[in-house]
Amino acid sequence: MSIIRYQFPQVPNWSSSDRLASLRDEVNRLFDFSWPSRDSGLFSGWSPALDVFDDKDNLVVKVELPGLNKDEINISLDKGVLTVSGERKQEHESKEGESFRSERYFGKFHRSVTLPATVDSTKVSASYKDGILTVDLPKAEEAKPKQIAVNVA
Amino acid sequence: MNATLNKPTSSTDVAQNGANRVNYVTPLANILESKDGYVLEAEMPGVNKDGLEVIVENGELTIVGRRAVAENRGREVYRESRAFDYRRAFELDPSIDTTKITAKIDQGVLTLHLPKAEAVKPRKITVG
Repeated sequence: MSIIRYQFPQVPNWSSSDRLASLRDEVNRLFDFSWPSRDSGLFSGWSPALDVFDDKDNLVVKVELPGLNKDEINISLDKGVLTVSGERKQEHESKEGESFRSERYFGKFHRSVTLPATVDSTKVSASYKDGILTVDLPKAEEAKPKQIAVNVA
Repeated sequence: MNATLNKPTSSTDVAQNGANRVNYVTPLANILESKDGYVLEAEMPGVNKDGLEVIVENGELTIVGRRAVAENRGREVYRESRAFDYRRAFELDPSIDTTKITAKIDQGVLTLHLPKAEAVKPRKITVG
């Protein structure tokens, strides 16, 4: 069992300080762990992959969430932090039959990302297709790049 | 474990394709056995019916998922997902009736039903 989501070496733009911070959080949580509670991210957590794209007028956040229902996904935006959370429930009873391989995650997930620009929270939209959640966040007027004409006197 | 419905693969499969190395993502999979057969679930977010290929050959099941072409969404600020296609091979248990395998994909999760051949299903024989 890995403690943090494995980061593949070819992934660019991954700040190592984030990774260290998340490892530190996980280790801290490990010491807080007590048996009856299974809320700890280390034991029941699932950290779906999240991407952030920036075109001139919009931010686009994509999260890989295969096999959920639309209403099992919660999205919230608070002070420039976008949070995607929810829970994937195990669909079938595993009592009958024997499990040979169990790699898929079930349970709660929670991802937050600080958006790199101010967005217009009234215009945010989201779609869920082929197991990928796409959140479109139009930038607020003041965050859009502007062309400033230089007048030569 | 006598069921050979799995073949360990590294988390990123590299297939040799002439001079080009092709990278693949290994989809996470669950395999369940019941008395009637096996159920295999594999996670392939971004893949729909059109990009899916299931091949049964020489006692091996290979699943390949090609992502639906995503429009370019601007500059990458932060990226955790990998853009490669998915590929994974499983060795099939000889008890599986390969003519009766069915597949469906829903929200990026492929579900394969692999029924066992009638001859190998457990049968109760009553003494007359």
